[in-house]
Amino acid sequence: MATEDKAEGGLVFHPLDQFIVKPLFGDGPVHWYTPTNVTLWMAIALLAIVGVFVLGSRGRAVIPTRLQSIGELIYGFIYKMVEDVTGKDGVKYFPYIMTLFLFILFANYLALIPMSYSPTSMIAVTAVLGFGVFICVTILGFVKNGASFLGLFWMSDAPAILRPIIAVIEVISYFVRPVSHSIRLAGNIMAGHAVLKVFAGFAALTLVSPVAIFGIVAIYGLEVLVAGIQAYVFTILTCVYLKDALHPAH
Amino acid sequence: MATETTEAVGTCVDAGGSALGMPQLCADWMPNQIFWLVVTLIAIYFVMSRIALPRIGAVLAERSGTITNDIAAAEELKNKAAEAEAAYEKALVDARAEAAKIVAEAKAEIQAELDVELQKADAEIAAKTAESEAAIAEIRDGAVKSVTQVARDTAKELVAAMGGAADAKTITAAVNARMKG
Repeated sequence: MATEDKAEGGLVFHPLDQFIVKPLFGDGPVHWYTPTNVTLWMAIALLAIVGVFVLGSRGRAVIPTRLQSIGELIYGFIYKMVEDVTGKDGVKYFPYIMTLFLFILFANYLALIPMSYSPTSMIAVTAVLGFGVFICVTILGFVKNGASFLGLFWMSDAPAILRPIIAVIEVISYFVRPVSHSIRLAGNIMAGHAVLKVFAGFAALTLVSPVAIFGIVAIYGLEVLVAGIQAYVFTILTCVYLKDALHPAH
Repeated sequence: MATETTEAVGTCVDAGGSALGMPQLCADWMPNQIFWLVVTLIAIYFVMSRIALPRIGAVLAERSGTITNDIAAAEELKNKAAEAEAAYEKALVDARAEAAKIVAEAKAEIQAELDVELQKADAEIAAKTAESEAAIAEIRDGAVKSVTQVARDTAKELVAAMGGAADAKTITAAVNARMKG
């Protein structure tokens, strides 16, 4: 994934140009507060979430409308996941996990609209999400369990001679969690969108365009799956980390 | 990760507007994304925790409450229906028993009346029979007497016609003997 300025028979591939951050108004530099295309698509995700969950449940109907039952379905799905993975005492963190899931899910699916922008493909975005979860969960673990939270790394049922080695491995794997957590999401989304662009570049070539267009359709179908699955994976891993913080004993 | 390209260029876009290296790794753009991400997440969190989640939770709770109540009400109605059916069956059995009793009573009454009437009729028939027998016997006696008388008279006349002197006693005895014979 270095520079994409390779020219093949007059074809120019810029599969990563879709991720360029541009100011929405004017052409100036991108300051931290500048409204950009990232802002726009995050705002669209927010509006879509508000549309489904606030406008959809406006009627508070006992017999739900279609939009309301989509909201209820997602609510029930995440609520059950939090309850099953973290237990009853994890339910009070449900709004936070719901927020993460909805942001990733809606950002992923909205990014599949042609000409859209995918905020979840940006490593800065997913790193904030991943490290945010990591830091919150670690602080929560120490607040809830005190020093006994370190028991997470000490396998008391392993043979005594192996325990220090396992502890070292556990500590390393614990600190790798946020990295894998964030790179998994950004990598999946970015790779999928870049592959779509590469196929789209080939579609300009008459000879291979049927294959290229078929490829776009196939990869797009795959991306639809990936968008949902990555949101799910991110959320369920968050639940698992939360469970470790609440019940560190193995 | 390949940050040397981004650092070397300093800016992330070349003169043609294409990305230099991965836009993901462009440090110039990161504060912007992080800022807007935090804003979006806080907005989503407030919308969810203040409005949407309590509302949906309430709707789901209300629905499960409604369903539980409806099932309970249905159970109650079912029990009532079963009770009503049992009462109906009982009433039917009672009515049948009552009807059977009435039929039996009526039959017994009719039988008694019939017996009385039959006895009366038998008695009447017997009386009539006896009367008739008496009348027949009388008629027969009368007839026998008349025949005897006619035979005697005829025999006397015959004897007289033949010129004999008829002894009444002899003729009578002869006629009686013939009549018996």
